[in-house]
Amino acid sequence: MLSEQILEVKNLKKYFDVGPRQVLKAVDDISFSIKRGSTLGLVGESGCGKTTVGRTLVSLYEADGGEIIFDGKDIMSANKKELKQLTRRMQMIYQDPYASLNPFFTVGEIISEGLIIHKIGANKKERMEIVYELLELVGLHREHANRFPHEFSGGQRQRVGIARSLAVEPEFIVCDEAISALDVSIQAQIVNLLVDFQDKMGLTYLFIAHDLSMVRYISDRTAVMYLGKLVELGDGDEVYSHPVHPYTQGLLSAVPIADPRRERSHKVQLLEGEVQSPINPKPGCRFFKRCPKATGICSEVTPELIDVGSGHMAACHNID
Amino acid sequence: MSKHLLEVKDLYVSFDTYAGEVQAVRGVDFTLDGGETLAIVGESGCGKSVTVQTIMKLNPEPPSRIKGGSILYRGEELINKTNREMQAYRGKEFSMIFQDSMTSLNPTMRVGRQISEAILKHRKMDRKEAKKLAVEMLAKVGLPNPDKCYRQYPHTLSGGMRQRVMIAMALSCEPAILLADEPTTALDVTTQAQILELMKEIKERTGTSIILITHNLGVVSRMADRIAIMYAGKIVERGLPDDIFYRPKHPYTWGLLGSMPDMSLRTDRKLTSIPGTPPDLFAPPEGCAFASRCPYCMHVCLKHEPPVFDMSEEHQSACWLIDSRAEMVVPPLGEDKTLRVKGRGGHVV
Repeated sequence: MLSEQILEVKNLKKYFDVGPRQVLKAVDDISFSIKRGSTLGLVGESGCGKTTVGRTLVSLYEADGGEIIFDGKDIMSANKKELKQLTRRMQMIYQDPYASLNPFFTVGEIISEGLIIHKIGANKKERMEIVYELLELVGLHREHANRFPHEFSGGQRQRVGIARSLAVEPEFIVCDEAISALDVSIQAQIVNLLVDFQDKMGLTYLFIAHDLSMVRYISDRTAVMYLGKLVELGDGDEVYSHPVHPYTQGLLSAVPIADPRRERSHKVQLLEGEVQSPINPKPGCRFFKRCPKATGICSEVTPELIDVGSGHMAACHNID
Repeated sequence: MSKHLLEVKDLYVSFDTYAGEVQAVRGVDFTLDGGETLAIVGESGCGKSVTVQTIMKLNPEPPSRIKGGSILYRGEELINKTNREMQAYRGKEFSMIFQDSMTSLNPTMRVGRQISEAILKHRKMDRKEAKKLAVEMLAKVGLPNPDKCYRQYPHTLSGGMRQRVMIAMALSCEPAILLADEPTTALDVTTQAQILELMKEIKERTGTSIILITHNLGVVSRMADRIAIMYAGKIVERGLPDDIFYRPKHPYTWGLLGSMPDMSLRTDRKLTSIPGTPPDLFAPPEGCAFASRCPYCMHVCLKHEPPVFDMSEEHQSACWLIDSRAEMVVPPLGEDKTLRVKGRGGHVV
């Protein structure tokens, strides 16, 4: 039976030891779930742990606590064989199209590597047929299979990265800043491609980005992260049109609007200061020092993510 | 005597490489007046950085080569100045803020010394006064604890703080023109908002002109007084913000505007991506450089380079669609942005 939620994350923790008695709490006790065939956007400033979430989900990092339940199976308790089965269904598209493709491999070899590992296709000929199909699917040509990554532009490389992740027929893809390194006009090409595949193959995405307008465009739900914690989670429209957490409000108002008339009337609510260090964080709300609404309780008690109406969640003591 | 502060006319810059000549800038014209912000917008590789670096003559020759044109600063020709002569201008008349603050600051020098170095070079000050001014500048750009910051090394500062240090350095000699090459691209939106606010404030306080290079149209609409859109080494359209955002004439501008999702409006419309990639500047195409990606491409576009058409005194665009003989085209933008290209229609050249 297919459950509605393809992925459920419960109390996920990922800590890094960065020195004697220094723990960097990159992801600290976060929970969320993603519906099958939908897109969850994950936004936040650099260093807030959003990439760590993505990498932990696809088992590139081992979580330090919590549960990751993919299609009813707990990834953390799976044995090696089961894990290989599960990771085939969860793939990742990386941020940097220049660093994420092996320069010594041809594009054909890069894409077919996953096929070999997961024993898809009986022989090389069959595998190459799949590679050709994939290349055409992402808008490249079959002749490109024999070329090396350096012969391609950034946008084309990102298409190769997408072809590679699609090769093993995944159901869930983590797009980690998949379009950030590309030019505006190329970004739109890649986003349209991703949306197309979602419509055709029913893929589920976790779309990690710091470009808030692109996240709104592609996501069904949006999660906002700050220093290892989720501070707000809700339907895309809700979070963008009625943000309740002061951090989300500041973040959204900081985005310049590409429309001079609306931009002139739009008031920027500047967030003072910078993100604090995630090493040995103090108790209380992590946004406390920059928060315009902070009160006494904020420095003592860590706010929990609570429902503020119809599935819209926020972690703040002072929600109006 | 030119009435503009800076006037760039018909500038051509090429790079000689082993693979051949890269024609990075192919005939760029623009002017800049005192106290205004000009935004140059375009994709990577369109020549916007090279244009600005050429104004300061920061590109080593060879491999770069200024093939022609003129750069008039307060009516004075800069194109034939030697490196040594240019040093009187760099830092003092023009300053630059680079995109990547990590690689543009010297990692082995304390931040303060890097700032006072420029001050000592251009202003009649001794070390003590220079230090005092440097600390003052650090405070002005909003760095907390400027005295401590003066003694810090770049790697101990965050990206936003380093960008502030760069701005402090650029402004320490009170330049007439600030050249900002993607100053906020590497920063988070919240830090970006802080830096943009700072640049606006400085402009209002000191009357510095700014040339802002960016590919983010949101940043453009927040900052620019005038906009130039560059593509493949040329300015394809220029105008006031209202011209570019509400009455754009060039299909490339349409494409750029269409490929940015609008955060404040939820739309299910597909992003209009521009198909293909920019042309190879080793061998720029005959005719319009955008022709191969342009959905409205006509026969004439492949053969002849479009002239610059004047829509108004401020608004110019280089596209054959504006010619009266071209077919009328309704650009693919939303209702509020709908516009029509003038033309009698029906007649394709």
